[in-house]
Amino acid sequence: MKTAYAGQHGKSDRSDCMLRLTLKNDGGRKITINSKVKLLFEQAILKTITEGLDLFSIEHADLIIDDNGAPDYVIMARLEACIKKLKDSNIEFLPEMLSQNTIHTSRERMRRSRLYLPGNTPKLSLNAGLHSGDGIILDLEDSVAPDRKDEARILVRNSLRQVDFYGAERMVRINQGERGLKDLDAVIPQHVNVILLPKCETPEQLLAVDKRIQDLRKEHGIKEDVWIMPIIESALGVIKAYDIAAASKNVVALAIGLEDYTADIGAPRTRKGDETFFARGTLINAAKANALQAIDSVFSDVSDMEALRENVLASKALGFDGMGCIHPRQIKVIHEAFAPTEKEIDKARTIVEAFKEAEDKGLGVVSVGSKMIDPPVVKRALRIMELAEKEV
Amino acid sequence: MKMVKNAVGRMVPSEINGEKVVPFKGIGQHRPSGRKFAPTIVSAADYPADGDKRVESLKEALLKAGLKDGMVISTHHHLRNGDLVANQIFDIAAELGVKDLVWLPSASFPCHQEVIKHLESGVVHHIEGSMNGPLGRFTSEGKMKGVGVLRSHGGRYQAIQDGEIVIDIAVLAAPTADPFGNGHGLDGPSACGGLGYALADYQFAEKVIVVTDNIVKFPAIPMQIVGNYVDYVVEMDKIGIPELIVSGTTQITKSPDRLLIAELTAKFCDAAGLVKDGFSFQMGAGGTSLAIGLYFHKMLKERHIKARFAVGGSTQYSVKMLEDGCLDYILDAQTFDLEAVRSMKENRQKHPDISIFHCYDYHAKGNFTTMMDVMILGATEVDVNFNGNVVTHSDGYLLHGIGGWQNCLFAKCTILPVPLFRNRIPIICDEVTTLVGPGELVDVIVTERGIAINPKRQDLIDKVKDSGLPLKTIEELKAEAERICGLPTKPEFTDKVVAAIKWVDGTVIDVVREVKHKA
Repeated sequence: MKTAYAGQHGKSDRSDCMLRLTLKNDGGRKITINSKVKLLFEQAILKTITEGLDLFSIEHADLIIDDNGAPDYVIMARLEACIKKLKDSNIEFLPEMLSQNTIHTSRERMRRSRLYLPGNTPKLSLNAGLHSGDGIILDLEDSVAPDRKDEARILVRNSLRQVDFYGAERMVRINQGERGLKDLDAVIPQHVNVILLPKCETPEQLLAVDKRIQDLRKEHGIKEDVWIMPIIESALGVIKAYDIAAASKNVVALAIGLEDYTADIGAPRTRKGDETFFARGTLINAAKANALQAIDSVFSDVSDMEALRENVLASKALGFDGMGCIHPRQIKVIHEAFAPTEKEIDKARTIVEAFKEAEDKGLGVVSVGSKMIDPPVVKRALRIMELAEKEV
Repeated sequence: MKMVKNAVGRMVPSEINGEKVVPFKGIGQHRPSGRKFAPTIVSAADYPADGDKRVESLKEALLKAGLKDGMVISTHHHLRNGDLVANQIFDIAAELGVKDLVWLPSASFPCHQEVIKHLESGVVHHIEGSMNGPLGRFTSEGKMKGVGVLRSHGGRYQAIQDGEIVIDIAVLAAPTADPFGNGHGLDGPSACGGLGYALADYQFAEKVIVVTDNIVKFPAIPMQIVGNYVDYVVEMDKIGIPELIVSGTTQITKSPDRLLIAELTAKFCDAAGLVKDGFSFQMGAGGTSLAIGLYFHKMLKERHIKARFAVGGSTQYSVKMLEDGCLDYILDAQTFDLEAVRSMKENRQKHPDISIFHCYDYHAKGNFTTMMDVMILGATEVDVNFNGNVVTHSDGYLLHGIGGWQNCLFAKCTILPVPLFRNRIPIICDEVTTLVGPGELVDVIVTERGIAINPKRQDLIDKVKDSGLPLKTIEELKAEAERICGLPTKPEFTDKVVAAIKWVDGTVIDVVREVKHKA
């Protein structure tokens, strides 16, 4: 008899549970429920587990759940992960898909902030969308321990169906290589908006991912686009950034990961950032040459909001359009710092008004006073007005 | 026992612990007649002319005070979880073979779980005050001999003053005292700031014992406890554990979700026009409340306006507002951290200690709460009719006291910032497990997923409807909570009443029953 485990049950693992499942040949089902909310949810937990065991046709088993207030979709994911450790199956124990989770996003959408969430930690995802980030990343890569990859994939799949992210763009950072392709199998049918491809070094890597995405779209009848955001995290990746950006029309932005990059070039990371100047500049240039957004690395000191603000202002000055976040508190600071200044807004407003006036009069040339305004300047002014209208 | 349906539709007994009680009749409906209670007349001739009322020990003081079976013993809770005095009273009673005492604390803390053994052995018959944590669990499981009675802070003063409960012996810890019995909480190793909860105890108890670990020569100033009411003074090595009495620093929440609730609350108050020059507010020492205070502070500073007064607990944050010139007065009935203790000493004029009588007593010629513009409170549950619960959890267990919560509901705008769910348990439900405050007094619920305004407050709805704040109906919030958490089953109870919940006027608004299934 084999026993499998899934999930976590430490004191701080709110909204999670740990399941222990032993498959047997006879004796029926023995289900033990230990829960912090047993008096109120014992019946609900039992119902979910029974449905799951029925679905996988498991008649004889010992199952112990140690629960710390896990919502249904988490219990479902933990049960499925346990079962799949013990027997091969293509069956998925899927929670209902929220209608708001089928909405797709546009290429031009703002991506100022994107909040990283460890994919295997349900307590962080339930409220993540409340903090008004432009995007939420459910991470399957670095924040998930190697022996937890399979259960995390199932949990992320369920989260994409059941967690309301309140309008944030729904992103998943997949693993590298084969494992990443397996991640795609689970998440693409869930109407995910953006796939983050870590440690991307060659156009071929990107194309492999793109192909699998397109195959899965066809297979599951997903009509809308699924965007790709490669993350450049090495010296080779930086050199190849242009080719990566140009490899597919589904690439929507280039992001840079500076921790791995500085390790790769053998330079300590400093606050001033001279060692990453070339990489950042190259990445921005590669992105803009392909009309893509350029996204900066995360700022890791979550307690220092002033340093974060300076960091974002420096990013904006270089040409970045957004930045990663590792704590919800960073979102507001990032949005404020990326927001145009009063002076920028005033200037942009004048240009946009002149542009509209020229359009109304059917004039080919836009001018403010005696000065002619070039089309890219109009485009930038329109972008600034869009940013200004977006509430921080 | 005869049960009657009260004005909020709850079945309550007509008698508790052998005494007749009045069922809740509606807000402001119960108007008792007659005179207030008074203790026996005494003569200074019977007290030491040199003013030295010291006796050897607490045991001797209790014996001199005539400790015997069935007496009511009161204590205050200013030493909070660091209290070393209350437990000793019952240890001594047990040693003397005394039975069936009633303990009347102004609040209990986890440190008082020592009393459980005296409840089990029959030294203590029941508790009238708050039954927190382990004591609440003990009560909910039907193990207390008598029926517990929970009162608000103001309701405790009212009950003592009205003679609903008569204190035989008050044992009052004083961080500083003189031999005459004057005492205060500003100095000494167990300093706790004000002693605002002790007023009714020394005014109305038959015998008053002051216990201190910091005796000073007469006079101990300020006289937060007035020695003329005191029978005996006891010196002790240690009345409290300092770090458990006041926190070195009260802390603002770091949880991004709680901060979001705080931000939404502050924005709501602003949009409703409540944050204005001369406004007044009250908030506790919880992390979310403190964060709301910080938002208020910022708004006041930016707009160069001032709040007139803040009532209730004081913390380093309210002190900062005061010393920053953003707040004129702190009226302090409970001092939560060392910074606030310092301020009470240094800012005597602007940060005076006041008593529960001042801020909360309902059978008085007015009190402070009705004058307050913004009241920030918590809740364990709120129902779709805005009724609130603060004493039991959704699983039916009694775990908290009422505190000043019921008294505070009378403010001009009562706001409950609460998370929509805690650990899979929705906070908003169809019907609260225990009805502690009627919904007509609860104005606004602020959650991280939206703000619900009581439909009775059309004025507030009109003020904020174009503010861009996430306004929802309470039913919408409930549906959202249930979508995320699922629908919990209702806890089951036996018929046995284990505690009664009194309203601010002494009537019974609800009861707590024994839980059927132990958690």
